[in-house]
Amino acid sequence: MPPLLKVEGLSKSFPMRGLGPMLDRMRGRRTDVRAVDGVSFDIAPGETLGLVGESGCGKSTVARCLLRLVEPTSGSVRLDDTEVTRLNGSALQRLRHGMQMVFQDPTAALNPRLSVRRMVEEPLRLHTTLGPSERRARVDDVLVAVGLGPDFAARYAHELSGGQKQRVNIARAIVTDPRFVVLDEPTSALDVSLRSRIILLLEALRENRGLSYLFISHDIATVKYLAHRVAVMYLGAIVEQAETRELFANPLHPYTRALLSAVPIPDPDARRERFALAGEVPSPVDIPAGCRLRGRCPLAQPICAQPVPLREAAPGHWVACHLVGKG
Amino acid sequence: MSLLEVSGLTVHFATDDGPVEAVHGLDLSVGAGEILGLVGESGSGKSVTGFSILRLIRPPGRIVRGSVRLDGRDLLTLPEEEMRRIRGARIALVPQSPRTALNPVITIGTQIARLFELHGDLSRRAAWNRGIEALDQVGVPDAARRMGQYAHQLSGGTCQRVMIAMALASSPQLLIADEPTTGLDVSIAARILGLLRELGTRTGAAIILITHDLGVVAETCHRVAVMHAGQLVETGTVRALFRQPLHPYTRALVRSIPRIDREVALEPIPGAVPSLLHASPGCRYMARCPHALEVCRKNKPSLDVVEADHRVACHALEANRAAVA
Repeated sequence: MPPLLKVEGLSKSFPMRGLGPMLDRMRGRRTDVRAVDGVSFDIAPGETLGLVGESGCGKSTVARCLLRLVEPTSGSVRLDDTEVTRLNGSALQRLRHGMQMVFQDPTAALNPRLSVRRMVEEPLRLHTTLGPSERRARVDDVLVAVGLGPDFAARYAHELSGGQKQRVNIARAIVTDPRFVVLDEPTSALDVSLRSRIILLLEALRENRGLSYLFISHDIATVKYLAHRVAVMYLGAIVEQAETRELFANPLHPYTRALLSAVPIPDPDARRERFALAGEVPSPVDIPAGCRLRGRCPLAQPICAQPVPLREAAPGHWVACHLVGKG
Repeated sequence: MSLLEVSGLTVHFATDDGPVEAVHGLDLSVGAGEILGLVGESGSGKSVTGFSILRLIRPPGRIVRGSVRLDGRDLLTLPEEEMRRIRGARIALVPQSPRTALNPVITIGTQIARLFELHGDLSRRAAWNRGIEALDQVGVPDAARRMGQYAHQLSGGTCQRVMIAMALASSPQLLIADEPTTGLDVSIAARILGLLRELGTRTGAAIILITHDLGVVAETCHRVAVMHAGQLVETGTVRALFRQPLHPYTRALVRSIPRIDREVALEPIPGAVPSLLHASPGCRYMARCPHALEVCRKNKPSLDVVEADHRVACHALEANRAAVA
């Protein structure tokens, strides 16, 4: 099956402003922040790709580039056969009809002065030619689909709990029947008991509506539950990508191993080895040449100063590490 | 006797519709060097309990009954003057959102050094140097430079480590950490928890770790207390509680989270934390409970000992034993 979404060589740099960076530029040094640096992946229809990594690794910037909420510096994003990066004006509007996003903070994403009906209806007004009564019916349907029911249509954001707010955000994202939804930490701001309900809702919506998800999170257990495949990002690049089960059973990249070994397990008898990295994530302004993890990796060798592309270590399991398969 | 003994703690918040029983008849104890995990959903009364121990409950909140004994002395009967000397010096708090707890217009260094001047009776220069050491100890990289920075220039993980360094400035006997790793990346969280464990062993401080993350509890704590709707429903050693979660709420909490060590079906906890306004005289978990009995409606279950250091407040103990067998 051809992929629904295909991303190739996506990069985004942000220029640094101010006197210091300007002087550096005059001296011929790089002064841009390479937030995303040559990221490629694809997502099949009905598939969930999990994108994990720590704060500042560039995962949210990837999401924003896909929807053109920020302009990518280079690279290609294709949804079906449409090159997203070249669209503008009304064509870009039509794209967003088929591609939506749910944000982390459910409160900040809602307009406190609009009723739930107005907010959920807004995408239909913008992206479709439906009349008022059809819009009304669609909003009622989608409110049922997210487990709120039409009674909620008259409410305002302050009358909703955190979980209900996130359901409104999800309703708004799926009301135009998009095929692809970016979920940027949709459960992180929620309490434990609500979190599991939103996870189950997202899974049910994907199955019933044939949605594809890019699920971005630093909550690794949730990604394991929802994603079919997982891509691990570090300092703007994907360092490992595999089927979920394979990645958790057999993590190959030292960064992935460190990340997984730090996830707390609710079982006091679980015996595990902690694989710790030295120091802190370096600034994305001076990304080390060669392997990005080199300065922090306990296994680093001289060869790690060489550039390291993603390669297929096992069928469907891609990793960017010189040392994998070398004993 | 334990370092901290809380008994019968009851906290009400006055509202126009009557008092909300945020904490009801709570008994807790923590020994020196021990880490107690206090878990439950939002609104279960975890943070109110933490603030009550420090007597930081402000109107409309009020501690109605109970005692909080530190080294045998009831803190609830002390004059405010004396309590002020205990806060920070003998009991320290690491609050939930470290960035808002730091003063945004004063450098990190000034805030930390002031503590050492106060508690350690040091000169300004010596206090500043102790501040650098303290940041070093909690693993803040480049500590000397950080001292001259402001809260907004630091990452969430660094802010949290600064708060821990500040809490430790006075070598407290008891540390209350309110969700210290919530919202942090896993690798940073793992380091913060490692720091807390090390602190317990090294200084013999008792720690109350308030969290909703059972993984954090399993990896960090010695004992656990599970709270629901302002009441303690189960308490015991970490091992006993995870092996044999006898309260239906404890089991529901465990089953409601995705985990990386095994494949499980997610089961959200049914219902919501009940309103604590005119709370039922019976079991507050009843409406959400799969094993509810007739007796649960009228009688509040007492926290009974089921085995050494494992206590459960539930009438349906047989159904519970069958469920974990």
